[in-house]
This record gives sequence, C-alpha cells and structure tokens, in this order.
Amino acid sequence: MSSADWKNYEPVLIPQIRDLHKIDVYEKNGGYSALKTVLTAKDKFPDQKSVIEEVKAANIRGRGGAGFNAGLKWSFMPPADGGPRYLACNGDESEPGTFKDRKIFEYNPHVFIEGALIAAYAMQITTIYVYIRGEYRAYIQMMEKAIQDAYDKGYIGKDIFGSGYSVDFHVHSGAGAYICGEETSMLESLEGKRGYPRVKPPFPAQKGLWGRPTTINNIETLAHVPSVINRGAEWFKGVGAENHPGPILYGISGHVNRPGVYELPSGVPVLDLVHEVAGGMRNGKKLKAVIPGGSSTPVVRADQLDGITMDSDSLREVGTMMGTAGMVIMDEDTDMVDMLWRITHFYHHESCGQCTPCREGTGWLEKVMLKIKNGEGEVKDLDLLLDITTQMEGRTICALADAAAWPVRHTITRFRDEFEARCKKSVHAVA
Amino acid sequence: MAYEFTKEDLQEIEKIKAKYPEVKAATLPALWVAQNRFGHVDENVQKLVANTLDLPESHVHGVATFYTQYYKEEKGKYVLDVCTCLSCQLCGGYDILEHLEKNLGIKKGETTEDGMFTLNEVECLGACGYAPMMQITNDQYVNNLTTEKVDKVVEDLKNGKVPEYEQIEMPLRNVK
Repeated sequence: MSSADWKNYEPVLIPQIRDLHKIDVYEKNGGYSALKTVLTAKDKFPDQKSVIEEVKAANIRGRGGAGFNAGLKWSFMPPADGGPRYLACNGDESEPGTFKDRKIFEYNPHVFIEGALIAAYAMQITTIYVYIRGEYRAYIQMMEKAIQDAYDKGYIGKDIFGSGYSVDFHVHSGAGAYICGEETSMLESLEGKRGYPRVKPPFPAQKGLWGRPTTINNIETLAHVPSVINRGAEWFKGVGAENHPGPILYGISGHVNRPGVYELPSGVPVLDLVHEVAGGMRNGKKLKAVIPGGSSTPVVRADQLDGITMDSDSLREVGTMMGTAGMVIMDEDTDMVDMLWRITHFYHHESCGQCTPCREGTGWLEKVMLKIKNGEGEVKDLDLLLDITTQMEGRTICALADAAAWPVRHTITRFRDEFEARCKKSVHAVA
Repeated sequence: MAYEFTKEDLQEIEKIKAKYPEVKAATLPALWVAQNRFGHVDENVQKLVANTLDLPESHVHGVATFYTQYYKEEKGKYVLDVCTCLSCQLCGGYDILEHLEKNLGIKKGETTEDGMFTLNEVECLGACGYAPMMQITNDQYVNNLTTEKVDKVVEDLKNGKVPEYEQIEMPLRNVK
C-alpha cells in the first residue's frame, strides 16, 4: 500500500465497524488473537525477545511526536530481576491541534489494550498504567469499562491464556497540565506529585516509576502492535512512506470543510489531506499555511507545500516535523501575529516553572508578542524574540522550551513581512 | 466548614490505593474523589485529603495547586471552560468567549452573582476538529459552537438540563 494509493486504504485502528468498542464485537472481528498468538504460538514467537524483534522490524515510529522506533525502545529494558516493571501508556494528548488518541478510546479501546498487553508481555512487565488527561472524563470512563471487560474475559489478570503470564492494568486520570504529556513528568504525576520533568539519565528504562524499569509509549503507537503481530512487520513496513511506515491517525483541524481524524498511510501529500480528505478550504478561501503536527512543529507556507508528504523525510525538506500529525490548516484571512501570540500564551501558561530559561523565556515571548499584536512593537522586537528563542532551546530539562521556541522562530522567519507590518515604525528605521 | 468523606468515598479511596505500590500515588485520584464530593478542593478539603491518605498537607496543597482542573475555591454550579487555543482561536473561540461574557454579564475568571456560572478561558482541550468548543464543569464537551448553540446550552443549564455526551461521527472513509 503506497502513500499515493491512499484512497484504497482500509483502516485498521478505527475501521467502520458498528459497536467495535464492545469486547464481543472486537473479538468477532479477530480481536485478542494477536495476544493469543504471542502468548501461546511458540512456533511463531518462542520467547519475549522474538516479539520485540518483530515490532522492532516493523519500525513503528512513536506516534506521540518523537518518532522513535517503538521496538527499539522496548529493547532498552534491562533483564527481568523478579521485581516490578511498568508500562506507562501516554494518553495525555494535550498538544494543541492533537485529538487522535481519543478516537481510539472511543471507537476501538481494545486494540490499544491488546497492544499494551503484548508490549507488557514482551518486556515482562507486571503492571500497566494508562495515563489519560483529566479533561477526557468521558474517555476515562470508557477505558475503565473496556479494561474491566478485558479482565472479566481473562485477557488481563492472572495466567493469561494459561501461559503463566500475569499483568494488571489501571487507568490514571490527569488533572489539567500539558507538561504531563512529557514522559518523565507523566511518571511524576502517576506517582502523585507535581508534574516536574526528571533529569535524564537515568532513563525510565533504568529508573522509571518508583525507581523501577519503565517504558512509556503513546496510545496510537501501542494500538498498532496487534496488526504488526497479525499481519507481520513486512505488512506494516509496506504501508506508506519507507522511513516512517504504517498507518497514521491524521487529526485535521482549522479552516477546512471536513475537520476530523482520518486513518491513512503515512506519506500522504499534505495538499491531498487538505483539499481531498478534509474536503478543501472553508468558504472557498485560499490555503495560507499548515502546522503539520501540533502547535510546536514549525508552520509551513502554502507555497512551500508542493510535493511535500506527511513523513519525517519529506517534512524535513521544508524545515518542519511530523509531530503528532495534528494538522492545523489556516486560510488566507488568518492573522499570523494573533495566531503566534496565542501559541506563546499557551506555552507560558503550561511551562511547569522548574527551569529558568523556560519559566522566564516563555513569559518574555508572550509579553513581546502581546506588544506586537497590540501594534506597540518595534521591528527590533522581532529580533529580540529570535534571540530569546536561542537562549531557551536545549537549555532545559525537557523539550517544552524547544516546543515554545520553534513556532516563534519559524513563524516570524516565514511570515516576517506580516510581523513587520504590525510593528510601529522603528526608531532605527530609515524614513 | 468541616468536610468529611462518606463511607463510599473512603471505600473508593481504599480501592484507589490498592492500584499503586505507594500511597502518595493516590493523591491525584483522591483529590478527584474530594472534588466530586464537595465541588472544590479548597485548603480545608486539601487537609482532609492529606489526613485521609496520611500525607503531609504541604504535599497535597502542592499537587492541588499544580493542576488546573482542581478548583482551589468554590465555583459556580456550572463551570464553562471555553477553549480559545490555536484551532479554537482560528474557528472563533474568542467570539464564543466574548458572547458568553456579554450574556452572563461577567468577565472570564468570574462567577455570576447567583452562583450559577463560572466562566473560564482554557487551553487546548483536545477537540480541535470540532472547534470552537467548551467543557462544562470538567465533564461534558459541547462541540461546534455557534452563539445560538451556546445560548441554548446556557438556557438549558439554567433549567438544570446538562447537555448529553456528543458522539462525533466516525471519520468518513469514503473520501474516494
């Protein structure tokens, strides 16, 4: 299934099957057969390592934004020593423009549960937590129900499929903090603390939850695992773009006719996603810009988008990233100054306050942007903003400072004329 | 005012504690139990949670004040959290916020005199495709808002009618 053939793609994460969220419907459609295979089919998967190898070969690049090979991440877990080991599933989903994992919670929770169970078995994990942002109360309740149903059917709990493998599975609700989507902050929050990211190393695989080996995966990443087991790594690698393979949940929002979450192969042309998948621009307006993967990924001008596809290699050509594939589409009437000010406000609000360059820097970015937005800025303030971004990037414990700095740098660079037009005439400008 | 958990609350907290190897991990969920019971987690409620879990008050206070969804003071009967972040901004989130400010006669962050409504501007709630939207008291999402729809929701709430869960149609597959 090539990216160009996306129109003939059949979804596997959110297929159109009525009541798929119910466990018996999921079972009727082949659900939990992948779990059974890894636990009982010793000819296919003689041990846990063979499961990790298969997933590694599939090259499921983490769908939370970092894009790291999930199987490779699993292989970093140290050998089991008889003590507790944890899988923390990241359903915090708070990056503006991102609203994909909720579709899995709502329409196909068991594909995620099954994927998490396979991951847990492969890494000899004893307890799974799924961290869901507190605002998703409805989805938290749906997940609690789905997990209970899987317990009742014996897919979770003691001696699953008579294999001797046992695991527990719990839901943990967040309570409103973007930073808890950062993996070590999420661990702190799970441990019942303020969500301050941890210094790495030690990495979670060495010292994670309660000082024990822990792996953190995004919900969508884990939801891909059952189809990798059922159809094989070769199938997964054959879907979409070569270096960023597999199906992707594209969350498309903004000025389009049919916003929503669409499951398609990776590597679909950005302009196809805007004009065909999402039904084109609202009110017949022209496309101005696209943020491809959540608010922190650099914005791209419409004139840069010809031939650009949604995969990391192609997006790198225009200096941006795949992120969460939460695409924000902007039409010709969009005020880039207002848009960027709102993003700086977001990151200032959500900085946890632990590192000075981020705590202070996000505040300065917002203040200077507010000044420009209100027509009080000077052209030199744009360079001040760019200077602030270089003082933030790479100087903090986690990547929130970078996430705040990138949109500022790239929006100003790519729409500089618009920002200058909003500034009052600089005292340094030649009349 | 002295706050006390009911027997059911205490049972629920015991169940929560069993999910984790350390009692501290029960802090967030126990604060949720408290907020669901009392409508907020002010300092007195924070003390109750600390005493119930046998944790320092300073720890519970630190956690309660870090997370935005815990109400550190009494709020209106219904809290309207209007999203204005990125996609909602692009699709008119500020129009909805201003409309509500005008209609309720309060500014964001304030509560109406009759104690019915608190109005907040909030950061991304993860409903970007259904913008603009708002959340009611940490629970129901109301999507694809127009000023007419907002007016109807407010009228309904005044009559004690909370909007039902809005299921969003499955994404269209036949985009062929």
